[in-house]
Amino acid sequence: MSAGVAVPTGWVGRSLRRIEDPALVRGSGRFTSDLPAALWVRFVRSPVAAGKILRIVAPPGARMVTAADLAAVGPIRPMLHKFNYVPIEQRVLAADVVRFVGEPLAAILAPSREEAEDLAERVHVEIDATSAIVDAYAAIAAGAPLVHAQARGNIIVDARVATPGFAAASAAARHRVRLRIRSRRQNALPLEPRAAHAAWDPVERRIILHCSTQMPHLMRTIIAQLIGMAESGLRVIAPDVGGGFGQKMSLAAEYVVVAWLARSLRTSVAWTEDRRENLIASFHARDQHIDLEGMFDDAARLVALRADVLANVGAYACYPTTGAVEALMAMAEMPGPYDVRDYSCTARGVLTHTCPMAPYRGVSRPVITFAIERLMDKAAAAFGIDAPTIRRRNLVRAFPYTTATGLVFDEASYVETMDAAVLAADLPAFRARQAAARLQGRYLGIGMSTFCERTGYGTPAFAARGMDVTPGWETVVLGIDPSGCVEARIGSSPHGQGLRTALSQIIADELGVSPERVTVVHGDTDRTPYGWGTFASRSLVIAGGAALMAARKVRAKLIGMAADLLEAAPEDIVLGDGVARVSGTDRAMAIDALARAAYHQTHRFKGTFAPGLAESATYDPPGTFSNACHIALVEVDIETGRVGIEKFLVAEDAGRLINPMIVDGQIHGGVAQGIANALYEEVIYDAGGDILTATLADYLPPTAREIPPIALHHRETLTEASLTKAKGVGEGGTIGAPAALINAVNDALAPFGVSIDEIPATPQRIRDALRAAAAAKA
Amino acid sequence: MTQRAAIVLNLNGVDHAISVEPRRTLADAIRDDCGLTGTHIGCEHGVCGACTIIVAGEAVRSCLMFAVQADGKRIRTVEGLADGEQLHPLQEAFIAHHALQCGFCTPGFLMLSLHALERDPDLGDEELLDLLASNLCRCTGYQNIVKAVRGAAAVMRAGVVR
Amino acid sequence: MKPAPFQYHAPRSLQEAVAILAQVAPADGRVLAGGQSLVPIMAFRLARPSHLVDINGIEALARLAVENGKLCIGACVRHAAFERPVVEGPLGRLLAMVVRHIAHSPIRARGTFCGSIAHADPASEWCALVAALDGEIVATSVRGARVIAAGQFFAGIMATALAEDEVLTEVRLPLLAPDTRCGFYEFNRRAGDFALAMAVVHFRLVEGRMFKPRVAIGGAETHPRRVAAAEAALAANAPSPRVFADAAARAARDVEPLEDAQTNAQYRRELVVAVTRRALEAAL
Repeated sequence: MSAGVAVPTGWVGRSLRRIEDPALVRGSGRFTSDLPAALWVRFVRSPVAAGKILRIVAPPGARMVTAADLAAVGPIRPMLHKFNYVPIEQRVLAADVVRFVGEPLAAILAPSREEAEDLAERVHVEIDATSAIVDAYAAIAAGAPLVHAQARGNIIVDARVATPGFAAASAAARHRVRLRIRSRRQNALPLEPRAAHAAWDPVERRIILHCSTQMPHLMRTIIAQLIGMAESGLRVIAPDVGGGFGQKMSLAAEYVVVAWLARSLRTSVAWTEDRRENLIASFHARDQHIDLEGMFDDAARLVALRADVLANVGAYACYPTTGAVEALMAMAEMPGPYDVRDYSCTARGVLTHTCPMAPYRGVSRPVITFAIERLMDKAAAAFGIDAPTIRRRNLVRAFPYTTATGLVFDEASYVETMDAAVLAADLPAFRARQAAARLQGRYLGIGMSTFCERTGYGTPAFAARGMDVTPGWETVVLGIDPSGCVEARIGSSPHGQGLRTALSQIIADELGVSPERVTVVHGDTDRTPYGWGTFASRSLVIAGGAALMAARKVRAKLIGMAADLLEAAPEDIVLGDGVARVSGTDRAMAIDALARAAYHQTHRFKGTFAPGLAESATYDPPGTFSNACHIALVEVDIETGRVGIEKFLVAEDAGRLINPMIVDGQIHGGVAQGIANALYEEVIYDAGGDILTATLADYLPPTAREIPPIALHHRETLTEASLTKAKGVGEGGTIGAPAALINAVNDALAPFGVSIDEIPATPQRIRDALRAAAAAKA
Repeated sequence: MTQRAAIVLNLNGVDHAISVEPRRTLADAIRDDCGLTGTHIGCEHGVCGACTIIVAGEAVRSCLMFAVQADGKRIRTVEGLADGEQLHPLQEAFIAHHALQCGFCTPGFLMLSLHALERDPDLGDEELLDLLASNLCRCTGYQNIVKAVRGAAAVMRAGVVR
Repeated sequence: MKPAPFQYHAPRSLQEAVAILAQVAPADGRVLAGGQSLVPIMAFRLARPSHLVDINGIEALARLAVENGKLCIGACVRHAAFERPVVEGPLGRLLAMVVRHIAHSPIRARGTFCGSIAHADPASEWCALVAALDGEIVATSVRGARVIAAGQFFAGIMATALAEDEVLTEVRLPLLAPDTRCGFYEFNRRAGDFALAMAVVHFRLVEGRMFKPRVAIGGAETHPRRVAAAEAALAANAPSPRVFADAAARAARDVEPLEDAQTNAQYRRELVVAVTRRALEAAL
């Protein structure tokens, strides 16, 4: 079933150059903030983390709106129907109470951004500050101030799961390994900050909202709903979007305000988030504590796993995934790729006076993979076996496999992929080098992570979370126009993933045309069928599957029509090179001509075929698990605490590679963000809830100097769980990298007896740990 | 009363006569007053490099210059890189090596690299990494940007174009 | 993140510049040179000068010359000018060694040496270098020009001995004897970032012993300075790991480390040990 990498026979499998690129390299891409506007918005934001709003007074002559003006605009109230979820409300501009530094209080309008900013800083804001809660543990402590009155103990979600046999298995276990890990808060930091531009169309009498989003259709739904207007009165366009990484799948309150303003003022209104706003008040992620305990048998096999997850979700819940998204993801996937039958987990989401949490590439899985992979390394040390060995004993080998939490792992290659990575890393050679280096006072380390990730999942997976808004399926409308050009209109909304190119390859193979003949349209609610968007490593799997289904329908019709006109049996018709051919004969007809006939000469088919060549298909798959093994080689400068990455290696099984070049790019970028998570990036609040990392001199995305060469190896397990046999690959790089790196750091520091269990593992944290270990020894 | 200045920005050989406040950054003036939106703004404090352009022969952050300071100077932006339909070797290389995903940082990387390679197409690997560390990319992990610039350097060394 | 409004002045001569500055300084008028530090803080509106006096058009200030055994660096000389040695001998090499650590190439193309000195960021590489070399700073106003010794110039975090109506017109660095050994080391989180600690050292090696050693620490305290205790540990000694370690330990004991959200005092002190020793090793 699985093997190395297939040799392509059609367009699929080729590293085709991206259709998206020529415009972007010429600077003729179109991003939201490129559009001119009559009025620019500047948001006045809360300078304090918690307090009661007493007064907001505009400077003379300024045009300002506050919550009072937006009384008719509904609150954002994301909902989940399970796990003791407590729905909380967010007004798009704060009314009465502020709950985090940066929360929008008022919108100032002016003809230029400069003037809007001048006026905004002259707005007089009086807030009666109250005490703020920043840390998740502090928030659940008795007597902590409540961020929202209805969420008792500041707990927004309290999910618990335990297998029936857990207590017995746990009690019987002979070996226990326990650790606490901490993941600090991060920002997805798309290079294009968020932006919205809403214009009143006086002819159609509706709003056209351009915005930087990953979910244009859902944005239309929710913004229309909050404003109280018909969805037909709002057209949402996601033009070129300069990166999202999850941050742009959640509803920005600011977008609602911008749309409302354009509708109220009958003009064009725009807002471009500046970097400071993005750093303090967009969405954050990954602020978690995990307490993990593994129970092992004598053969180092994990027999039971217990986890306690505390996720700091900030001051409000994100829409649509709610304030439960990190906690529930952690609970569902904590056991990772390991065969463990008994599992118990408590996963809580905790409200604090900080910027709201939202999905960020990997959603919890970089953190839980870090947790379980640290556990595996600690257990390996306890058993005196090496890192690959303990994993080999525990990885799932037989598929399909149903996990303790009920997930079904489809065909994959957990062991084989790990073995490939270990082989490529040449462990014995590294150990020799490491030993030699230690003699010279240099500390090299190697670390690995093995993981699987659910990708391309449809409605059942989201429904299991009890989400009020249950995403999952995608629809593709695919047509060939009378000139023979193929157009696929998709509800998904790529923003840098090259999906137009990849889909054109799938469609071209099916229809026997070249990919240049295929246009993929996305990101416009007027031109595309309803769909969910691009997030959760799903678009290639789901929109790709739907494209394949739609293309097959069109293909069937083309073949039928060709058979009719060429007087042959349909099974003898072959499509290829833009021509329908009767196999073994010289009878043929251009697909262009067939298309023409489908519209303009329908009489020739005598009613056998309906006019036209457009078909629609929807795909709602169960989900498919990609798997990978990451290996990091590092050197730790024990004097300064700096971690240098010598080499990073990924062996990945993402099923069939539709466009290998694009797949590699996704992994590269994911790993870079994982490296950032592991070593560099951290949002820091002070005790009062003020944010100390409001510039890119304080919040540290890595540069080309910090990201080492990344070596990639692929396997292609062809799964039945995905129509195209492709698995999702958008998030894997980010998921596996922190664990591999921190395991490598710990391997390097093994002689000192420290355990680094916090990310980012900054130089200071490493020095603090080394110093503490030295003091303990002395 | 706000002071305004009448200035001329020479963008890719074309003069743009505009009137700006002194505080208007060069990046904003190029985008909003001259309508060339290929130069992107990612941080407005000189860190991300998305706004990198070439002013009077030097690659600079256009968010850290005021438009009035560029009055009369020759400015090159990403829009001037291709020769009509003919892409510049750097643009070709960025496509061939998949050195862009969302494309937001791309104009900055192109102009940064253009300046460096025009000055010295023999840039060594370490110098190249130092150079590319000037700008931020959030999509590619820099792997393919490095490869693309190396590839373009080889083409430019060979003197195929210009 | 748009700067607050200001009036813009572009004098063509120094005389004109100081005259304008004399007028506008009381209303928070400021000099604009490379702008690579000033413009970002204006974008955050942490600085909001009412007037900017742009000195980039003053040709005389682009001067870079050797006079009386000193390298004279005019106010408009960019960082990038030092990427290749500007003078023969150790000084040119030291400047070229240090400049690679200053931000990134587009910043170096625009930012100026003197601007860094006037801005006086605690973690500025040039400030540490000027301290290590006992450079001289020339300040010019309508009242005339005066020369300030580096030891008297830096006064705190972004605070200097410059009066508000003075333009920092030139920095003078003594040329170093051919047998001078120079070293530089800094520790930062990412390439091009301001350092958490750095050391600039130089000494002459006379008959195998260190003569006139200088150790300046930057990035660790409110402003860079020479650390006498460390220099004393080196003077007249032959370079050795033990001597270097001793000097580094003394430097670390002597500093009063700044603390911030990401750096505690103890860690910074440890970094001072590392950077001092490494700068000394690099000098050999």
